[in-house]
Amino acid sequence: MRRAALGVLGTIVCLATFSAAANKNAQIPKDQRITQALNRLTFGARPGDAAAVRAMGLKKWIDLQLHPERIPENPLLEAKLKELDTLRMSSEELVRNYPTPQMVKQMMAGQMPFPTDPERRVLIEKLVAKYENKQAAGGTTPPPPGAPQAQALRDILSPEQIRALRQGTPEQRVAMFQALPLEKQVDAIGAMGAPMRQAMFAAAPPELRRKLILANGPQQVVQRDLTDAKMLRAIYSNRQLDEVLVDFWFNHFNIYLDKGADRYLVTEYEREAIRPHVLGKFRDLLEATAKSPAMLFYLDNWQSVGANVPAGRSQGNRRRGLNENYGRELLELHTLGVDGGYTQKDVTEVARCFTGWTINQPQRGGKFTFAPRQHDNGEKVVLGVTIPAGGGMEDGEKVLDIVAHNPATARFISRKLAQRFVADEPAASLVDAMAQTFVKSDGDIRAVLTAMFNSKEFWSVGAYRSKMKSPLEMVASAVRAVNGDVDYAFALTNQVAQLGEPLYRKQEPTGYSNSSQEWLNSAGLVARMNFALQLADNKVPGVKVEGPQAAKPDDAQGIALGSPEFQKR
Amino acid sequence: MSTRRIFLRNSALAMVGMGSAPMWLTRALYAKDEPGARKKVLVAIFQRGAADGLNVVVPHGEKAYYGLRPTISVPRPSAGGDRQQDAAIDLDGFFGLHPSLAPLKPLWDKQHLAIVDAVGSPDPTRSHFDAQDYMESGTPGLKATDSGWMNRSLPKSAGKVSPVRAVALGATLPRTLRGSEAAISLQSIGNFQVKNAAAAKQFEDMYMNSKDARLQATGRETFEAVSMLQAIQRQSYTPANGAEYPRSKFGDSLRQIAQLIKSEVGMEMAFADVGGWDHHVNELGARASEGQLANMLRDYGGALAAFWQDMGDRMSDVTVVTMSEFGRTAHENGNRGTDHGHANCMFAMGGDVKGGKVYGKWPGLEKEQLYEGRDLALTTDFRDVLGELVANQAGNAKLQGVFPGYAPKFLGLV
Repeated sequence: MRRAALGVLGTIVCLATFSAAANKNAQIPKDQRITQALNRLTFGARPGDAAAVRAMGLKKWIDLQLHPERIPENPLLEAKLKELDTLRMSSEELVRNYPTPQMVKQMMAGQMPFPTDPERRVLIEKLVAKYENKQAAGGTTPPPPGAPQAQALRDILSPEQIRALRQGTPEQRVAMFQALPLEKQVDAIGAMGAPMRQAMFAAAPPELRRKLILANGPQQVVQRDLTDAKMLRAIYSNRQLDEVLVDFWFNHFNIYLDKGADRYLVTEYEREAIRPHVLGKFRDLLEATAKSPAMLFYLDNWQSVGANVPAGRSQGNRRRGLNENYGRELLELHTLGVDGGYTQKDVTEVARCFTGWTINQPQRGGKFTFAPRQHDNGEKVVLGVTIPAGGGMEDGEKVLDIVAHNPATARFISRKLAQRFVADEPAASLVDAMAQTFVKSDGDIRAVLTAMFNSKEFWSVGAYRSKMKSPLEMVASAVRAVNGDVDYAFALTNQVAQLGEPLYRKQEPTGYSNSSQEWLNSAGLVARMNFALQLADNKVPGVKVEGPQAAKPDDAQGIALGSPEFQKR
Repeated sequence: MSTRRIFLRNSALAMVGMGSAPMWLTRALYAKDEPGARKKVLVAIFQRGAADGLNVVVPHGEKAYYGLRPTISVPRPSAGGDRQQDAAIDLDGFFGLHPSLAPLKPLWDKQHLAIVDAVGSPDPTRSHFDAQDYMESGTPGLKATDSGWMNRSLPKSAGKVSPVRAVALGATLPRTLRGSEAAISLQSIGNFQVKNAAAAKQFEDMYMNSKDARLQATGRETFEAVSMLQAIQRQSYTPANGAEYPRSKFGDSLRQIAQLIKSEVGMEMAFADVGGWDHHVNELGARASEGQLANMLRDYGGALAAFWQDMGDRMSDVTVVTMSEFGRTAHENGNRGTDHGHANCMFAMGGDVKGGKVYGKWPGLEKEQLYEGRDLALTTDFRDVLGELVANQAGNAKLQGVFPGYAPKFLGLV
C-alpha cells in the first residue's frame, strides 16, 4: 500500500516523504489531496475535474459539495431525467399508471381508475387482452365476453412490414415502425413478441423506448426509471456528494424493491424520505423512514398489531398480533448497532410501541396512517425509559427520540460514515471525534461530515487509495473517467448487478457492505476487466465513448479501466 | 504459503497457463498428485435469512408444535382426505419432511441423507448479520476472526494445490471461504474468462505486479483459476442420470458444482448460498404445500435431489452439508409468520453419511423447554457437525485450527 502510493509520486517528493510514508498517519502531500477528495466525495473524477477543483480551491469545493442547493444542476442530467416520468409520481399515481395485470383487471371491473394518459390506457388494455388470451389458450377459461381481443401482428401489419421489423438493423426497424400511423404503432407494440421489441430498443427514441418497456410489463417502467436515474445521477450530477450520500443513506435504511408493494413504494421513499434529509438532522431522516409506507411494508410493521387488541370483525379470521421485524432492525441496523446495548426485551417493547403504525391500502400506493385500534396501549419500557400507557402514536415517536439521542447511535452512524468515506477500519480517534460532533450538533449530518473532512485521518497516507470501489462506484467512475455519453443506463445498471450489487435489490435489511473486502474476489475482477474492455470498445449498449476507433481498437483505455489501480479509490 | 508450494504451483500452472494443456495433464497435475487419487469434496450450503427449521423438519409427534402454530403448521402424516398433499412426509414416526421436500425422501430411504435437529450456534444473537458472520467464521461470539471455517479447513498442502480447490458460486466470496488459502468465486464457468486474449495477458501482468498486496493475491488466484478452467469452459454440460435441476440460481449453482467435481480439476471445497428464508409474514399459504416457504423448499429440495442424482456413484466421496444462521420462533407471530429464533436443523448428504436418521437430542416444545420461553432450544453445536465432516475430509484432523477454542463432539454422522 505504502509503495503503491509512492509509485505515483515524482522522485523528489518520494525522497521528501519517505520517512513520513512509513507512518500511515502521516498526511498526504498537497497534490494528492485533490485526488483524495474527488475519490471520496464523488463517483470518480472526470477529465478536467482536478483542474477545476484546483482553480476553485479545495476547501471551497468541499464546502460547496456540502451545500448542494448552491450548486446548479447539470442541464444534461435534468434533460435525461425529464424523460423518466415515474420519478416524479406519487406511489398512488405509479400504481394507476403502471399497473400489474391484476390491477388492470380491477380497473376494467370499475374498482380502480384507469391511467389518465389515453395512449397508455390503450396499451395497457391490449396487454391485458394478450395476457387473458394466453390464459385462455392455456385451456382454463375462455376470455370473458366483451373483453378486448388480442390481435396478432399479421392482423395489423403487412407481411412486408413484418419482415422489415424482423430483419433490418435497429435503425431501419425503428424508421419503418415510426412511418406507421400512430394507432397502428400502439397496436403493433402490443402484438409484438419481446425479442422484436428488444431489437428496436437500441435505436428507439426515448418516448418509443418507454412504450417498448411498458409492453414488456408496465411495472418494469417504474423499476427501470429508478435504477436508470441512480446511474445517471451518479455519472452526471454536479451535486456529487449529495448523490453519494443518497446512495449511502438508502443503503443504511435499505429496502428490497422486489418485495410486494415495495415495487411501487420505493420511488417515493427515496425521493421524499431519504433525499431531503441526507445532509440534515439524523432524527428527521429516521422519522421519515419510520413513517414511510416503503419501510412499514418492507419490515412488516404495517401488519403488527398489539397482542392485547381484540380481533376486529373486518379482519375476519386472520390472526393478528405483534411482528418484531421492524423493532429489531431499527435498533440493530438503523440506530444503536448490534452491540448498542439492547436486549430481546427491548426489541419486543419497541415493536409494541410501533403497533398501529400502518399503511392505508399499501397495494394501491397508500400513505402512512396511525390505526389507534391496532395499537397496544399498555405501558412499555424501552432501554430503561418508561413510556406510560395511553401514548398512542407518540409511543413510536418517543422510541425514535430515545434511540436517535443514544450515544451508541452517534458512534454507530459515525463509524459507518467513516468506513464509507475514510477507511475500512476507521481509527477510533476519528470515530470518537465524529460521534462527539454528532451528539453536540443534535445529530446534524452535515456537521458530522464536516468534522470528518477536517480530520487528519481523512487526509492520511493510510486512507489514501485504500478503498476498493463498490460495483456502482466502479461502473460510474469508469464512464466518468472516459466522459461516456449515456443515452440509456440499463446496460450499466445490469453490469452493476453482474458485479454483485443489484441496485435496490439487496434482499436483506443490512444493505450492502461498505468494506473493501466484500468486492475483492475473482468473479468480480474478471467481470470488471470484461466491462472495462467493453466500455472502451463501445460495446456497452446505450453508452458512447470517444476514443481510438480504428479498425483494430486500441485497448489501452480498457486496460486502464480494468487495471488494479482503477479498482481503488 | 511456503516457497516450495509457490514454485510447484507456478511451474505446473505455467504449462496449464499456455492454454494448450490437455485434460489428462491438468487432471494428472491436480487430481492425482497424492496417493488415493480423487479428492473428497465437501459442499456447504448456506440458507440465508434463517429458515424455519420447525416447518422444514416437522416434529409432527410433538403435540405442542400444533398448539404453537395454529395457522402455519404442517399436518401430521396421518392427515387424510384433501389434506394429504399438505401432510408431512414421515421419517421416523416423530419427525417428517415438509411436503415440498418429497424429492429428498429417496435419499433418506437409501440412508444417504441425515438430519441433525435442534442444532445451531450457541451465541444468543438474533441478528441475521451477526449470526451469519459467526456461523461462517466458525467462531460464535468472536467478531475479530478474519477467516472462515471452510478456508481454515483446507488441508495445508506442501505440494501442488489446484487454484480451484475452493470455489464459491456467486458474485462475491463468502466469509466462509475467506482466508489465507486460495479460494475463488465465480458466477458461471462459461463466463469466467477475460474475453480478449491480448488484453488478458496485459491484465495478468498488471495484477501480478500490483503493489497492492490484496489485489495482487486475488489477481493471481483469479488468473490461475481462469487458466485451470479454460479446458472445461467450452464444453457443454449435460447432467447424468436424467437429473433435472430447478431453473433457479440455486439450481444453477449446484449444477455447476457437479460439473466442477466431475471435471476433476482438484476442487476440494465448494460453497453455494440460497437466500430469502426470512418469513415474518405469510410463511405458508392457505395450505402447507403452498406459499413462500413451500416454494423455496421445492427449489431447495429439488436442487439437492438433482445434484445427488447427477453425481451418481461419484457421490461416494462427496458430502453436502446445509445450514442457516438461526431458527425461528416456535410460536407463529401475528401475521402467519415467524420471528427470529434460536436452534434449527442441518442436513448432511453423501456416500459417507450414515443417513436415514435424525441426530441430536430433541429438547421439546413445551413452554418451559423453549429457549428464553420462545425458541427451539439448542442441544447440538453446529461445529460438532461441521467438525466431523471436516475431519472426514482429506485427512484434516487438526480441528483446533478450524474451530479454535472448541472441541467438536462427533455425532457419528460419517
